[in-house]
Amino acid sequence: MKRIVALTIVVVLAAVGCGSDDDEPGSSGTTSTTGTSAPADELEGDIQVAAAASLTEAFEELAQMFEDEHPGVTVTPEFGPSSGLSDGILEGQPADVFASADEANMQKLVDGGAVEESAVQVFVNNRPEIAVPAGNPGEVEGLDDFARDELLVGLCAKDVPCGKFARTVLDEAGIEPAIDTNEVDVKALLAKIEGDDLDVGMVYHTDVVAAGDAVEGIEIPEEENVIAVYPIAPLSDSENTDVAQAFVDFIAGPEALTVLEEYGFLEPA
Amino acid sequence: MKAPLPVWVLAACGLLFVALPFAGLLQRTPWTDLPSLLAEPAVREALKLSLTTSVAAVALSMLFGVPLAWMLARGRMPGRSVVRGVVTLPMVLPPVVGGAALLFALGRRGLIGQYLERNFDILLPYSTAGVVVAQTFVAMPFLIVTVEAALRSTDIRYEQAAATLGAGRWMTFRRVTLPSVAPSVAAGAVLCWARALGEFGATISFAGNLEGRTQTVPLAIYLALQHDRDAAIAMSLVLITVSLLLLIALRDRWYRVQT
Repeated sequence: MKRIVALTIVVVLAAVGCGSDDDEPGSSGTTSTTGTSAPADELEGDIQVAAAASLTEAFEELAQMFEDEHPGVTVTPEFGPSSGLSDGILEGQPADVFASADEANMQKLVDGGAVEESAVQVFVNNRPEIAVPAGNPGEVEGLDDFARDELLVGLCAKDVPCGKFARTVLDEAGIEPAIDTNEVDVKALLAKIEGDDLDVGMVYHTDVVAAGDAVEGIEIPEEENVIAVYPIAPLSDSENTDVAQAFVDFIAGPEALTVLEEYGFLEPA
Repeated sequence: MKAPLPVWVLAACGLLFVALPFAGLLQRTPWTDLPSLLAEPAVREALKLSLTTSVAAVALSMLFGVPLAWMLARGRMPGRSVVRGVVTLPMVLPPVVGGAALLFALGRRGLIGQYLERNFDILLPYSTAGVVVAQTFVAMPFLIVTVEAALRSTDIRYEQAAATLGAGRWMTFRRVTLPSVAPSVAAGAVLCWARALGEFGATISFAGNLEGRTQTVPLAIYLALQHDRDAAIAMSLVLITVSLLLLIALRDRWYRVQT
């Protein structure tokens, strides 16, 4: 659904953008400023960006910003679990850029020859956080509560990055979680917490920010937490390498970092 | 009869289109590892769970679906077409929508679910019973539609004759109506079973996903696709084999009823 909405936005913006060049006198100013500030902007074409589910909101905004800066470019983001996306890409799913929520899935593409190792850039960090529904009906206070059998406890499935991180954190704290469900990706888990259908789950700090008032976050003490590293890279067999590389550079740049930080991501260490 | 050339060609294309993905799957199947893959505890758990929940879903569907089909075919009720529409809606609805709707109705903050939890301590999501509910919701319409069609095509005069001979309504239903549509009830049950076995969307959004409790074969396949493709293929093969056998059995039965 998100994807459809994003696509619609992209299409509408593209249409508006094209129309305004000719019709609206006001917008010709913006076009010319872009033209003068980036004189050699000849970027053109469509790219598909396969991105981790936790990047959904931030990348929708960033894709739009990139399109505004490069009127000839259309960015189509596709969101899902990093593990599913990396498998899909290796199976031939069309994509020009891959942004992963962990290094393992990017490494999988490097090993599979889909990505040049030197092209990989880490653009943000994220940290797991405990999420509870608004009002905290289960009276959750910390990691220990994941072991409480009477609570409805959800995690991401063990092969999805958010599920891996959650298990690492709980493992190291010596806690055996009383899991009631393993959701397919972080957004599916978040939706059940938002709907008060789970008492507690472990998502990313950024998801808690994105969920707004529907979800409360409980920080995990830094010494017990892990850092999730987000790498991005253009795919070797992209048909539009210039645009793909430009998008990757844009995401790894300072302008995008400001936006990403608004969504709760951390500057890479 | 010999097929006209265009019919033959188009039919062949149609068959190829449907059969090709299965050929792809077979070609990727790790035949030698198959036994050990299927012996994995997680796989066995999923197979067992799928079997028990789908059989339970068929039983529930028959219990409620046959009477519903009778009401639709024979009963006097206002707004019959609306009722039929509602009853068959799960057939065309994306199962994920059905699962979300079930959650809004039977989840612990749901329309009915909040009372179930508060007064009876019953929580369907995240339980095996929840899986059965999700499967029944999605699969029951297949039984209802089949049985209703059969009831409409049987001669109502047998039932009228039974009534004139002094049989009560319940007796007529049991001794005359049911036996006359028994083959269709069986066909509907098989179709319903095949659908319940393959159920994914409603199950994962309503009942969640936990090994041994709610993780049926389709859920296990979906998750295995992300890390253990061979296991996913092995489980898919089992599901396909069972479903194909069921459907072949069904077709024979179906045509006998129709002609």
